[in-house]
Amino acid sequence: MQITVNGKNIEANRNETILSVLKREGFDIPTLCHIEGMQPSGACRICVVELEDRGTLVPSCSYPVAEGMKIRTHSPKVINARKTIIELLIGSHPDDCLYCDKQDSCELLSLARKYGVNEKRYSKISKNFPRDVSSPSITRDPKKCILCGKCVRVCEEVQNVACIDFVRRGFNSHIGPAFDYSLNISSCVNCGQCVNVCPTGALLETNNINQVIKALSSGKFVVAQHAPAVSVSLGEEFGLTAGKDVDGMMVSALKEIGFKAVFDTSFAADLTIMEEASELVDRIKNGGTTPMFTSCCPAWVKYVETFNPDMIPNLSTCKSPHQMLGSIIKSSYAQENKIKPEDIVVVSIMPCTAKKFEIKRQEMRNKKVDDVDISLTTRELARLINIFGIDFKNIKPSVADMPFGKRSGAGKIFGASGGVCEAALRTAYHLITGKELGKLDFESVRGLEGIKKASVEIEGKNIKIAVTSGLGNASKLIEEIKNGEKYDFIEIMACPGGCVNGGGQPFPKNKKNVLERMKALYEIDENEEIRTSHSNPAIVELYNTFLGKPLGEKSHHLLHTTYSKRTTADR
Amino acid sequence: MKTCAKNVLKKFNYTRRDYLIPVLQEVQQTDGYISMDAIKEIAKHFKISSSKVYGVATFYNQFRFEPKGKYHVMVCRGTACHVKGSLSCLNMVEEILKIKAGKTTKDGLFSIETVACMGACGLAPVVNINGEFYASMTPDKLKKLIDDIKKKESKNGKE
Repeated sequence: MQITVNGKNIEANRNETILSVLKREGFDIPTLCHIEGMQPSGACRICVVELEDRGTLVPSCSYPVAEGMKIRTHSPKVINARKTIIELLIGSHPDDCLYCDKQDSCELLSLARKYGVNEKRYSKISKNFPRDVSSPSITRDPKKCILCGKCVRVCEEVQNVACIDFVRRGFNSHIGPAFDYSLNISSCVNCGQCVNVCPTGALLETNNINQVIKALSSGKFVVAQHAPAVSVSLGEEFGLTAGKDVDGMMVSALKEIGFKAVFDTSFAADLTIMEEASELVDRIKNGGTTPMFTSCCPAWVKYVETFNPDMIPNLSTCKSPHQMLGSIIKSSYAQENKIKPEDIVVVSIMPCTAKKFEIKRQEMRNKKVDDVDISLTTRELARLINIFGIDFKNIKPSVADMPFGKRSGAGKIFGASGGVCEAALRTAYHLITGKELGKLDFESVRGLEGIKKASVEIEGKNIKIAVTSGLGNASKLIEEIKNGEKYDFIEIMACPGGCVNGGGQPFPKNKKNVLERMKALYEIDENEEIRTSHSNPAIVELYNTFLGKPLGEKSHHLLHTTYSKRTTADR
Repeated sequence: MKTCAKNVLKKFNYTRRDYLIPVLQEVQQTDGYISMDAIKEIAKHFKISSSKVYGVATFYNQFRFEPKGKYHVMVCRGTACHVKGSLSCLNMVEEILKIKAGKTTKDGLFSIETVACMGACGLAPVVNINGEFYASMTPDKLKKLIDDIKKKESKNGKE
C-alpha cells in the first residue's frame, strides 16, 4: 500500500503501525515508551504525527497505516505537541540533572535539548517518593520516573518476574514492588533489563565507582578482571562501533587507572567449563540429577531459588566464572605472591547488574574473605576511564596479566547466549572420548532465538541440550521439563541474547547492536588458536600446580557452591 | 489477625483474572482491609505476581491496606461537602490524629477514610463515625468530637 510521508511516496505493509514504517524508512521519530519488538502501549504520546487530510495528531506507535494516508512527521503542530509533552513531563521531574548518574544517556534530557525546551512554562510540582537504595544491584528513584511503563513490561513479559508494577493512581502513581517494599526483599532477580529500557535516571545500577577509587588509593593490592562480553561493547561508550573488540585498549586503560594486575575472566570461564563439563559427564554417567542447568548467571540462579526451588538440585554447583577467579586469586595467587587474601581487592568488570548482588552472597566467601570485592558494570568502567582522564581511543593496547590472562575461544563465547553450552560440549566430548571434536562450531545453539535445541551424539549416547535466554523463555522450558520433556544439559542466561545484552551494558540498546556484539565474540573464537577450554595451557598449569583435578577436593572447596530456597517478602 | 482470603478464594475455583476485583472486595468485606498475606494468597490463586494485585488494589480508593480503627472516621469529599468546606475538616482530623486518610493510628483507635459522596448532601459537610452521621461539620466541631472520643477512651482505659 502507498502512503505519503512529508510529501514523499512510501510503500507500507498492511497491519503495520505508522511508527514501524517511519523507522524503517529512516525518519527520526522520538519515542519514550516504545520497545522494539513488543506490542505498543501508547503511554507517552511523544511519537505523535499529523494526518494531513484530517489535521489530527495520532500516536504513530499504535496507529495502523491505511491506504493513501498522508503523514507529516514534523509539522508545526507536531513539534508543538511534542514540546508540550516534554514540558509537562519535566513539570514534575526533579531539576537535578547535574547530579544525576544517567548523564548523557538520559532520553528525556536529550529530547528536551532537541525540542528546545529552554524555559519553565509550567510551575513545578514535585513528587515526593523516597529513593530506594536497598538493592546492591539496582537503585530506584521514582521521582525521576515518567511512568512510561517499559520496566514493568520487560519485568513481566520478557523476564516473567513481574516484581514491579504501577502503584496507586493519578499524580500519586509510581512504579514499585508490591506493598511498596524495597527492592532488596522483593522477588527482583537483579537482571537489570529494567535499567536497560529506562529512559531516565529512575532506574540505574547501584554506583560502586567511588568504592573502586577508594580501594585504589588504600594501598591494598587491587586487581581487575573483565568479563568476555565487556570488550566487545565498551567501545560504544567511546563512540566506536558496536562489536569492536577493545580488549587490549581496555587492559591498558585499567593498568593506567592503577590496577596492579588485570586478568581475563574468560580464563575463569575456561576453568568453569573444566568443572562444569566434568560435573555434566559425572551426572550423566552416574545417574545424577539431569537436566543440569548452568549456573553462570546470578539472576537465573536467584530466579530458580525464588520461583522454582524444587529445581535447585538441577543447578550446576559451579560458581560463576568471576567468582571462581576471585577465589583463585585469593588463594593460589595470594599464596604464590605472598600477599594476604584480605589485602587483595578484586574488582570485576561485568556486563551485569546481578553480579553486584552475587558478590554479596554468603556462599561466595572463603574464611570470611569475599571472593570478589567490587563489581562494576561496563557503563561504570567507561565512566571510571573518563574520571581518570584516559584518552581511550588512542591508548596503546596491551595484554592481560599472567597467570590468568590466557584464554581459549571457548571462554570468550561465554558472553553470548549458547556460548557456555558450546564451550562445555567441546570439553565434555573430550572428557568422555579422549578425542577432540572434528567440528567445534554448534551453529544451532547460537543467535537471538528464544529457545534453541540440539542434540549431540557422544560414543553412542545421545545428549539432548537446550539453550535459552530471557527468564520468560526459561520458565517455558521449565514447564516443558515438568511436563516430562527430557534434556541432559540446559544453558540459561537471564538477559535476552546473553551477557552481550546484559543489564550493565552501554545504552542505548537495539537488536542490531546486540547482534554485532554477539558476532564479534564468535569471530574472536574463530580466529583463536586455542578453541577448547581443556587445551588452554594456563588452565592445565593451574590444575597441575594447584587444583589437582576437576571436581577434586580443592575445586570443591574453592570453585563450587550451594544454593538454597529463597523466601521473598512478596511471595 | 489471619486473613480470610483462602476461604473467599474457595468460592472462585477457576482463575480468571476478571474475578480479581470481586475477590478483593470480598476479602476487604470480611477482613476489614486488604492485608499483605491476603494479597499473596490472591496472587498465588490467580497465578499473577503480588505486585500486580497490589497495583490493581491501590488503583481503587475503595481498598484500604491497614485494619480499621476502633473509630472509623469517614469524611465526605463529594461536591456539595467540598463546596461547604469539607477539606478543612479533613485537614483538621488528619492533623490532630497525625495520620493521613486511609491510615490507622498506631494505637488502633482511629482510622480516616475519604468518601466521594454519602448521599447526605443536605447535611453538608458531613462526617460519619462508626455509622453515625454528623451534619454541618466545621473543623472546631470535629475537633471536639474527636477529643470527646479520646477522653472517653482514656477514662475507659483507667477504670
